[in-house]
Amino acid sequence: MNKHVSLSVNPKVSDWLEFRPAGRVILHTGKVNIGQHITSALVLIAAEELNIDPNQIAVAQTRTGSSPNENYTVGSQSMQHSGYAIKKAAATARNELTVRAAKFFGVSVEQIKIEDGNLFIEKTNQSISYWELVKNAPLECYVDETVDVKNHALHQLQGKHHIARGMWDIVTGTYEFIQDLKLPNMLHARVIRPPQYHAKLVNVDEKLIDKLAEENIYLVRDGSFLAVGAKSEFAAVKAAKRVAMTATWQIENSLDESDIYELLVKNKRDSLLVEKGCIPNKDLEIPPLDKTNVQGDITLNAIYKKPYIMHGTIGPSSGAAVFDGQELKVWTQNQGVYPLQAAVAEALRLQLDDVLVQFMPGAGVYGHSGADDAAFDAALIAKHLTNFSILLKWTREDEHCWEPYGSAMQCNLQASVNSNGEITSWSHETFSDTFLTRPVIGKEPASRLLSTHYLNESKPWPVTPPMLTVHGGIHRNIEPIYNFPSPRLVKHRVYDLPLRTSALRALGAFGNIFAIESMMDELAEALKLDPFHFRLKHLNDEQGIQTLIRLQELVDKDRVNFPQEAGLGISFARYKNSAGYCSLGVLLRVNGDAEVELIKIFCVVDVGEVVDISGVRSQVEGGIVQAASWSLYEQVSYDATGITSRDWDKYQIIAFNNIPEFCIDILDRPGSSYLGVGEITTGPTAAAIANAINNAVGLRLRQMPFNSEAIKSAALLS
Amino acid sequence: MKTIEIVLNGMNRSVSSEEGTPLIYVLRNDLGLTGTKLGCGLEQCGACMVLVNGEPTFSCVRTVEEFEGCVIETIEGLGNPEQPSLIQKVFAEENAAQCGYCTAGVIVSISGLFAKNPRPTDKQVKEVLCRHLCRCGSHPRILAAIEKLRGQKLDE
Ligand code: FES
Ligand code: FES
Repeated sequence: MNKHVSLSVNPKVSDWLEFRPAGRVILHTGKVNIGQHITSALVLIAAEELNIDPNQIAVAQTRTGSSPNENYTVGSQSMQHSGYAIKKAAATARNELTVRAAKFFGVSVEQIKIEDGNLFIEKTNQSISYWELVKNAPLECYVDETVDVKNHALHQLQGKHHIARGMWDIVTGTYEFIQDLKLPNMLHARVIRPPQYHAKLVNVDEKLIDKLAEENIYLVRDGSFLAVGAKSEFAAVKAAKRVAMTATWQIENSLDESDIYELLVKNKRDSLLVEKGCIPNKDLEIPPLDKTNVQGDITLNAIYKKPYIMHGTIGPSSGAAVFDGQELKVWTQNQGVYPLQAAVAEALRLQLDDVLVQFMPGAGVYGHSGADDAAFDAALIAKHLTNFSILLKWTREDEHCWEPYGSAMQCNLQASVNSNGEITSWSHETFSDTFLTRPVIGKEPASRLLSTHYLNESKPWPVTPPMLTVHGGIHRNIEPIYNFPSPRLVKHRVYDLPLRTSALRALGAFGNIFAIESMMDELAEALKLDPFHFRLKHLNDEQGIQTLIRLQELVDKDRVNFPQEAGLGISFARYKNSAGYCSLGVLLRVNGDAEVELIKIFCVVDVGEVVDISGVRSQVEGGIVQAASWSLYEQVSYDATGITSRDWDKYQIIAFNNIPEFCIDILDRPGSSYLGVGEITTGPTAAAIANAINNAVGLRLRQMPFNSEAIKSAALLS
Repeated sequence: MKTIEIVLNGMNRSVSSEEGTPLIYVLRNDLGLTGTKLGCGLEQCGACMVLVNGEPTFSCVRTVEEFEGCVIETIEGLGNPEQPSLIQKVFAEENAAQCGYCTAGVIVSISGLFAKNPRPTDKQVKEVLCRHLCRCGSHPRILAAIEKLRGQKLDE
């Protein structure tokens, strides 16, 4: 029996790959392309195992029914899940077909060689292809997890530079995004949102409703949910504006605009002791913070803060749907077609089998953005306007104001170190809101869809209980990877906070690693120890040590070139303490306007066996740039009346004028397991930037964003 | 309805649309050129960039009437998957796109810049690129592609 998460649910070879006529292979995966080019890596894996040309392989679009159910594309796990499954499925297929070929030729399997999909006996002209072998006898076998995969010394494709699949279409504007869908009998739709979360629709001008009807513009109203649909997109845009201008809303509650960090420590919460990365028992007593001071030890206390951050996709969320009175078909750019299917079916009271959900690429989302909500909005409108295809697009303002943000966090740390430079005590408490309000199958998934809270029969906003699993949400990477004597780790799941939140790239790991790696730097500084040496002294993990040592080499080699006014900061983490490793160095200067100018990034990663080296590099660079943007510029702003970060002018992100040079080293470990890459750089980036600012100008910033105001006020206080 | 004449991707076209329609909707919906993307509709992100008389221009706010008589080029006019322009080719080779939503706009702007000046300075490149946002962090790859392009002879 297969134990692997994806293989246990989808155990057959044919769940993952099929041989199709004309020398083609189709791959099936539940993991979707969200900018990370996962399908490029999956194709390379299959082509490598099967000894065929990657161009012979196509990847089926992920959809309910025919695709393997792999839940969500999250947690930097696509390689460990789909990558592993496809590797084993392809190797099983190759073995099985080698046996068939041997039988066919009446020779032993050892005599069969494979090239370009042909199985042959050397020095003879006896040859048969995979496709001929499966023609009358399709592969019915189960994936054998114990199967021998191809020896990495024989790899011809993996670890080399490849142009990502779809890239030619992307650069020529022919790649089809969900926003580009053209469906029969299609209406463009827009939603008219309330001014803020807690509002009820009072009325819409009757005269306007009549006028819209005359213009063949459809108005959908269900409780406080309002949308328009029109044949022409611009007509829908204009109609939405007109409706918005005449709609009146009753505000039921204002947003609590008091300082978020005060709320985080003041509001109702569940406080849970974390042990070995998880919460083994909710009732474990939390030991009091050690206040005794051992003579000769240095004890530091510090509070690190991270505000609400947006996913901020460049293309606002979109969804499409058509309902024929029985069956509802939905197109989505979300990260899990099966959970969305369950959520939509529940919300619209349809049979699960009557809801078909298909993935279509959208702009990058980096977690639970507005994608699921937009898909539901489309479905809801389609249910009202039967037989029309609906293409629904959120506006920039919808996206900025209504997506579930990455939670604000506060981390309170205390650490002591003795005169030998050994850490003798460590306490880390994290206060935050949930990172998980995605639809989850079996857990009232409909309540996770935004618009269900505004319908006639509205659903209450979900209050999710604290996650207890290993490195779940808030406590992801709260567990230090270093060798500290019995660290005291506490997760505070805080309730009743003002903004809607959910999963954003790396979840709690971003804030927790920022805190740990800042504190490591503060301690090293207090002891006047080299930050590399101080970390290495507390690290037992061999692969981690290697990335840090390699980083030090890269940095030292370049030190002579560092501008005099520049500061260097370093950091290290292993994502979830079980996935990819990242050692990071940031070189920057603080200019006369107190702005951070990034000069150079040094980064060493270990992500296990590398399949698609270009994909890994893009994910490393992209993760660092995004996290640098979060750290330097970003903060969702709001007041009692609602979100005030309503567009890109009111929510600054990184621009091309602050992109540093990159020096990246990817340690390849052929033959070892995949470790994942997408989220491993975020936390280290924030910490290395804070550490570098301190190194450059002697100011310790503990609250993001590290913008010029923050630097100026730190300077005033110093 | 109003009809205007433009030269679009090298062809004379007369385009009829409801007055006041921003150019992008006409390009994407009426003319089927969906390579141009809508990101904000506020001239803040650059996803909608097209070349107008050779100048990179936002297409998400200004109305189609304003382009009467103009020479407009979209991403589709620069090349296609079988015959990409040199800039498109280098962007692909450098994998200078993750999700690819911002990519067309960036390539359009860079094509406009290189057409005028095949060896732009860092400052000129940054000036052009600062009208573009990318959320995936493809910036380093995009800059690598531009580095490769500098000084190379362009096809046309
Ligand atoms: S869509 Fe035109 S600038 Fe954003
Ligand atoms: S590549 Fe995704 S926004 Fe630029």
